Amino acid sequence: MIAILDYGSGNLRSAQRAFELTGHKVSLTSDAQEFLSADAHVVPGVGAFGACMEQLNAINGAQLVGQALQTGKPVFGICVGMQIFFSEGEEKGSHKGLGFFEGSVSHIDAPVLPHIGWNSVETDSELFSGVEEEMFYFVHSYAAKAAPRDSRVTWTTYGERFIAAVEKENVFATQFHPEKSGAAGAKLIENWAKKI
Amino acid sequence: MTLAKRIIPCLDVDGGRVVKGVNFENLVDAGDPVELAKLYGSEGADELTFLDISASVDDRSTTLDAVRRTAEQVFIPLTVGGGIREVSDVDQLLRAGADKVSINTAALNRPELINEIADRFGNQVLVLSIDARRAQTASGYEVTTHGGRKSAGVDALEWMSNAVARGVGEILLNSMDADGTRSGFDIEMIRAAREVVTVPIIASGGAGALTDFSAALDAGADALLAASVFHFGTLSIQQVKEHLAAGGYSVRL
Repeated sequence: MIAILDYGSGNLRSAQRAFELTGHKVSLTSDAQEFLSADAHVVPGVGAFGACMEQLNAINGAQLVGQALQTGKPVFGICVGMQIFFSEGEEKGSHKGLGFFEGSVSHIDAPVLPHIGWNSVETDSELFSGVEEEMFYFVHSYAAKAAPRDSRVTWTTYGERFIAAVEKENVFATQFHPEKSGAAGAKLIENWAKKI
Repeated sequence: MTLAKRIIPCLDVDGGRVVKGVNFENLVDAGDPVELAKLYGSEGADELTFLDISASVDDRSTTLDAVRRTAEQVFIPLTVGGGIREVSDVDQLLRAGADKVSINTAALNRPELINEIADRFGNQVLVLSIDARRAQTASGYEVTTHGGRKSAGVDALEWMSNAVARGVGEILLNSMDADGTRSGFDIEMIRAAREVVTVPIIASGGAGALTDFSAALDAGADALLAASVFHFGTLSIQQVKEHLAAGGYSVRL
C-alpha cells in the first residue's frame, strides 16, 4: 500500500492513478495512522511553500511527514512536497521547512516565470534509468539551487541551474510532476516503486 | 537543456461531449473527450485544454465527469475553462482532476476573482484567457466578450498587466481577428503582449500552416494552442513538432 497525504485541494486524482500503475494499492489519506502504516509515502504539494506548510500544519501533517521521513520506508515528495523537505522556503516571506535536506528554496532568476512546461534533466540517478533523455513537466517559480550534503541530485536549467530531483537514504523527491509527465513520469514512478 | 515550447490542442466540450466536429478516423466515438484526450496525448500533446461551453448546470456536471475520467487516463496537464465564476468552481475542477483552470469573462466582471483564486491555489493554476482584437485603444488592442461580438471597453495590454499583478500564472491570448482564418497567429499582438508581461504566453487563433507556429514562437509565445487545424487533421501535433525541431526550437518529441 502506497499512501498519498491528502492535505489540500490540488489535483490528487492523477497522482493516485499514476502510482496505481505500479500495481500497488494507493490510498489518499489525511489520517496519521493510515499514512504512517503504509509501505511507502507520497507527499504531494501545490501552491506556495508557506500556504503548503500552513495546510500541512492544519492536519498536524508537518509532524506526520517528519515521522514518515524517519520510518526508513520509501518516501516520494512532489513539487512543493519536495520543497518542504528543505530547511526553508523564501516564497512570500521566509518559512521554515522540515530540514531533511539542508538548504533553501528561493526565487528562480529567469525572465519568464512560472517555469511551466517540459524540461530535460542531467542525471546519474538509477531512478531515472531508461528515462535519462526524457523531459518532465514542471510548474513552479521557486527552486532549490545547491546540492544538499550526502544527497544525489538531478539538475535542470531554466534561467539558472536548479534541482529537478534529489534523493538521500529512503527519500526521493522531484520538483517536476511525475504524475503529469506522461510515459516518462510513469517509468520513473515504476523505478521508485521497486524499492517498496 | 531548454524548456520545450508547448503545443496544446483545445477541445470544446458541451454537456460532456466534444463539439465542433472532430474529424478523425479510427475513433470509436469522436465525441468522447476522454478518447480524444488519449489520442492527442499519444500524438505528443504537451497539455490539453477543455473549454466547457455548456449552458446549463446539469451539463456542467457532465463535463466535470469528463474531466474526472480524463485525469484518470491521461497523464499530461489538463486545463479546463468556461463557466468559472467562484473559487468553489475552481476547487471542484481541481478535485475532479484539472491541473489548471482558465477564466475569462468572470474576471472582467470582477477582477478580485483572480486574487481569490491565486491566494487559495497559487498562481500556477490560473490561466487568464483574453479574447482580443485590434481597436482604437491605448495599445491598439481591446478585450472582447461574447465570442468577439462585444467590446469589453478595456484595453487588452492594460488588462493583461493588471491580471498578472493580481496573480495569474499564464495568459491565453486569443486573437479574435485571426480566429478561424487559418492565416496565422496575430504576430504583432503576441509581440506587444510579450513586452508587457513576464508570465508565459499561450498564443491562440489563426493557426493554419506549419510556419505559423514558428512565427508565433519568434514573436515571444511560450506555448501554442490550436483547435480546428488538429481536429480536422490538417496538421498533426507530431508534424508541428518536427517542423519546430528542424528549426532549432526545443520541443518534446
